[in-house]
Amino acid sequence: MAGIQAQFHIDWPGFTLDVNLDLPARGVTALFGHSGSGKTTLLRCVAGLQRAPQGRLVVNGDVWQDDGHWLPTHKRPLGYVFQEASLFPHLTVLGNLRYGMRRVAAAQQASLDQAIALLGIDALLARKPEHLSGGERQRVSIARALALSPRILLMDEPLAALDLKRKQEILPYLERLHRELDVPVLYVSHAPDEVARLADHIVAMEGGRAIATGPLRDTLARLDLPIRLGEDVGVVLQARVAERDAHWHLARVDFPGGSLWVRDGGHALGSPVRVRILARDVSIALHPVLDTSILNCLSATVDQLAADEHPALALLRLQVGASPLIARLTQRSACELGLQPGSKVWVQIKAVALIG
Amino acid sequence: MFLTPDDLQALWLTVRLASIVTLILLLIGTPIAWWLARSKAWWKGPVGAVVALPLVLPPSVLGFYLLLTMGPNGPVGQLTQSLGIGLLPFTFWGLVVASVFYSLPFMVQPLQTAFESIGERPLEVAATLRASPLDAFFSVAVPLARPGFVTACILTFAHTVGEFGVVLMIGGNIPGVSRVASVQIYDHVEAMEYTDAHRLSAVMLAFSFLVLLALYTRRPKLGQGA
Repeated sequence: MAGIQAQFHIDWPGFTLDVNLDLPARGVTALFGHSGSGKTTLLRCVAGLQRAPQGRLVVNGDVWQDDGHWLPTHKRPLGYVFQEASLFPHLTVLGNLRYGMRRVAAAQQASLDQAIALLGIDALLARKPEHLSGGERQRVSIARALALSPRILLMDEPLAALDLKRKQEILPYLERLHRELDVPVLYVSHAPDEVARLADHIVAMEGGRAIATGPLRDTLARLDLPIRLGEDVGVVLQARVAERDAHWHLARVDFPGGSLWVRDGGHALGSPVRVRILARDVSIALHPVLDTSILNCLSATVDQLAADEHPALALLRLQVGASPLIARLTQRSACELGLQPGSKVWVQIKAVALIG
Repeated sequence: MFLTPDDLQALWLTVRLASIVTLILLLIGTPIAWWLARSKAWWKGPVGAVVALPLVLPPSVLGFYLLLTMGPNGPVGQLTQSLGIGLLPFTFWGLVVASVFYSLPFMVQPLQTAFESIGERPLEVAATLRASPLDAFFSVAVPLARPGFVTACILTFAHTVGEFGVVLMIGGNIPGVSRVASVQIYDHVEAMEYTDAHRLSAVMLAFSFLVLLALYTRRPKLGQGA
């Protein structure tokens, strides 16, 4: 059976972890939540670094934990990237990379070479960790985990200890890893931008429980449980660069159901990108508005209406073709426009953020 | 050579005793230090206190109890007799056993500190890289704790060289068997041979100073930080 079935229960004074998850065998699954929400504890349970007294863990059909059965960490075919790079200071970069490989019978030189190329660290191999920058260290530690050809890659806030510049340095490598490797990733993060860029699935954690889980796009578009990725509710759509307008420095990206004009981010034609649209940047009209400064105007169908946090406001979920959007508007506007599930409307999107 | 043959014999005996004790303590002290550094058991405190006892106990007290335990009526004495080894007090190996107890904290405490400063993380990393706990101990913990091992061995060796009270209680004063340098100096003074006492004392002084010099000027090894 493919995928990861994870069921853990931990009772500590002041903290309870209680999850029962069925996670996909492909792509990046973000464990997203505030500190103290239990996301790192959950990851450590999957790795076997933390032993949940009650639990069951099955990874791609292999039972790693069950009643009376416990596979110690060093026997689990996983890769783990810690928040701090945690390289062995007494070994060189290459020594660090080889440490795990020497202990895996089936380890292949090819996966080491691939990991070194993927993370761009071939120039660092002879150095000691103390002579590396923070970003370089973290790249080495990611390569060290990948060199083992793990069946699952666990990453515990790999960017949290880095400053913004180093983060920007590593994110492209993570995106590449995501595109080029087939290994499923559990990615713990409290950073909305990382989740928006990298995740395919999301598990939103709060108080030791998973409050929402599912594909990123659909989960973010849920109105019953608006998940804030950062400052506001919004959706993330997977798109593809379809046209570049050199004169106006714009690019047209196509997503399932429509297309959007965004500022040209220098991406090649055909390259996959993600766009993030916040609810507050989406407004609704019953007819197409012609004389407006807003570039992106799409036809949509109202899907669902829900109350927002303030009684004056409402959240609206719309379908643009196969893709969901969330709009925020006042209850009064919703009433005056007569919006109901099924209404045909025009959405104007004031701002689209191109991420990745 | 300005030392008498008896002095040289005493020095050689001292070096042999200290080397053997250091080696034995390396084997015994390492697991104890490892356990003390990582255990969360409630009896970790009492065990740590017992290990540290020789630091505060008068050597004569330690020697006295060891003498009783290893003597003809003591449990260890009866065991060694029934094994055909005979009695340990007033033999070289009796001295070794006593010195192991006496120098135990000098091996265990630096190692415990070194293991504690490594922390949990490198061992967790090793586990995620397929190293079993024993493998991780030798491939990660020992290299990272190397400065601690060097300190512990130097301190243990030097402390064993400097012991006196325990030797008198357990070893007596038998040339070639238990008459170590410190006892030999005592003998010289008793016999009013101040010149001989001076020479041997000067050797001990120089040795002690050099050991401490080595300890205090040794640069922290690479791999301590980061």
